[in-house]
Amino acid sequence: MNLANLLNNYEEAVAMILFGIGFSNLLLQKNLIKKIIGLNIMDTATYLFLALKGYIAGRKAPIVVDGVRSVEAYINPIPSGLVLTGIVVSVSVTALMLSLTIRLYRRYHTLDLDEITTRLKKEGL
Amino acid sequence: MDFVQNFPFISIILSLFSGPLSSVLSGKKAKMVNVAVISIIGVMSAAVLAYVLGSGQEYVYTMGHFPAPWGNEIRVGCLEAFMALFFCVIMLLSMIGGQKEREAEIEKTKQNLYYIMVNLLLSSLLALIYTNDLFTAYVFVEINTISACGLIMIKQNGRTIEAATRYMIMSLLGSGLLLLGICFLYDLTGHLLMSNIQEAVRVLHDTGAYHIPLMVSLGLMSVGLAIKSALYPFHAWLPDAYGYSTLSSAAILSSLVSKGYIFLLIKIFFRVIGFDIVRDSKVINVLFVFGVAGMIMGSVSAIKENNIRRMIAYSSVAQIGYIYMGFGLGTTAGVIASIYHVISHAATKSLLFVAASGITDASAGSTGFFDLTGAGYRNKLAGVAFTVGSLSMVGFPMFSGFISKLLFAQAAVGSTHKMLPTLIALAISTVLNAVYFIKTVIRLYTPLKYVPTENMTHKTDELFTVTMEQQPFKSVALICFILLNLALGLSSEPLIRLIQNGLGMFA
Repeated sequence: MNLANLLNNYEEAVAMILFGIGFSNLLLQKNLIKKIIGLNIMDTATYLFLALKGYIAGRKAPIVVDGVRSVEAYINPIPSGLVLTGIVVSVSVTALMLSLTIRLYRRYHTLDLDEITTRLKKEGL
Repeated sequence: MDFVQNFPFISIILSLFSGPLSSVLSGKKAKMVNVAVISIIGVMSAAVLAYVLGSGQEYVYTMGHFPAPWGNEIRVGCLEAFMALFFCVIMLLSMIGGQKEREAEIEKTKQNLYYIMVNLLLSSLLALIYTNDLFTAYVFVEINTISACGLIMIKQNGRTIEAATRYMIMSLLGSGLLLLGICFLYDLTGHLLMSNIQEAVRVLHDTGAYHIPLMVSLGLMSVGLAIKSALYPFHAWLPDAYGYSTLSSAAILSSLVSKGYIFLLIKIFFRVIGFDIVRDSKVINVLFVFGVAGMIMGSVSAIKENNIRRMIAYSSVAQIGYIYMGFGLGTTAGVIASIYHVISHAATKSLLFVAASGITDASAGSTGFFDLTGAGYRNKLAGVAFTVGSLSMVGFPMFSGFISKLLFAQAAVGSTHKMLPTLIALAISTVLNAVYFIKTVIRLYTPLKYVPTENMTHKTDELFTVTMEQQPFKSVALICFILLNLALGLSSEPLIRLIQNGLGMFA
């Protein structure tokens, strides 16, 4: 029964697995670039989940063409709007993380966050 | 509709637009704009508070032309208005108190960038307080994170950049979980406005449908916001971020940024899910355990710390633990105690940071514990202020910390299973707090001649006295903070009633 549910909703399951992969990469990787990649996988998985939830089989994207105004013709537009907003947010935090990484790399010539921390402790600032 | 009702919206927009405006101004003008904006918003929030208290009920303000289930809304009750006013006061005092450090530590050409961050931070805090829409709350959580990151790294050295990176990583983990929780909830209920979600959740709860996804969603949102507000095991970034950033940043970060997330969590508990459903779930037990662990472990780390600013930062970990313990009790009294502690901690922690900076000014700029010997004589006001802050943190009667500890203890008695662990944790944590704070106060008032000087990094003849005239801004801020603390401690009754009223308006 439960397995059948899982197989029927395999898209959502994929989204959750991707979320887990991204989350653990962001948390556990030492390399800053890999962390940022993990962040993007995590965010994208959420958008996949949202987009799936807004999709109604057999209907079209919510853009009015050829004057069709019936509600029945289109999928739910709100999740698509949320995905767009989310993409804007994740682009900006990715840019911020990348700029922080550049700063750190110029100072310490390494991308390994733990090594940077050890060096800072040695500096004893 | 009265004109006052527009004020919450105007204050969010005002601070949001003053950010980009600051980018084209010089540092000095940006500072003036910033002070003006914070003051105007403070006055407007006070007007809103008076209006809500006068009318005795909350109101909903529709944004744009779409009505309830589709459009975006702002919702104002007396707790929201009070929080907005209080955050403005703390932010203004922190900005005034840290003015000298800011001008010395931030590059001349980057001065105005700092004010962009502060304005954006204020607008995101206000939006978190007022918004009635979960997804808007998520977006402003991210704005809050980004501007807080800017506040940490504006003082450029290796430590702050590393701290900012760690802060961003932890925050992004938290907001990822929060976003996923919101998506689940949207998927289950089909709404984004808090009041609509609550109706739908009520139906789901009564029919028992989708019980597990509902609990997963609640858990994801709680854990996400707990990570973002530096609950105990997720606090690794905190000491560096608070300890090495510029003074205003440390004061604002510790007293406001994490509190914005906590306020959002309270709103999720009361307005989105409904507190009785939250109480029946096991999520609050998890928060309780980590809160208690944080109370003890934060204090233990603070005792081991030798640097005064990092010590105060670790103390924040313990205080955040108190707040989550209050949620974990699962009673309204516990949440009232937590909200009071949010207020009292914000007032005390910013006082401590500003006072600690005054003390280090009188100790040749050194933050080491032994270097502070006798600093209470060299900078009298900072010494008194630090003593007041310490006593308040320890829970000495007359100061605000005492009232919050009293409220926590009273709330604990009302809870059957959690009474004993709460009271024991409160007692242990109070003793540990006393160990490091009173130790520092005694060190501040130990005359130099009684102490061997070999432990100190500076020479005794480098020390000089700092008078109030030399630090006019810091002195004003310190005096205001001390008065605020005494006011919170001596006349807490009206405030507690206001919190009760505000929570009543939440439901």
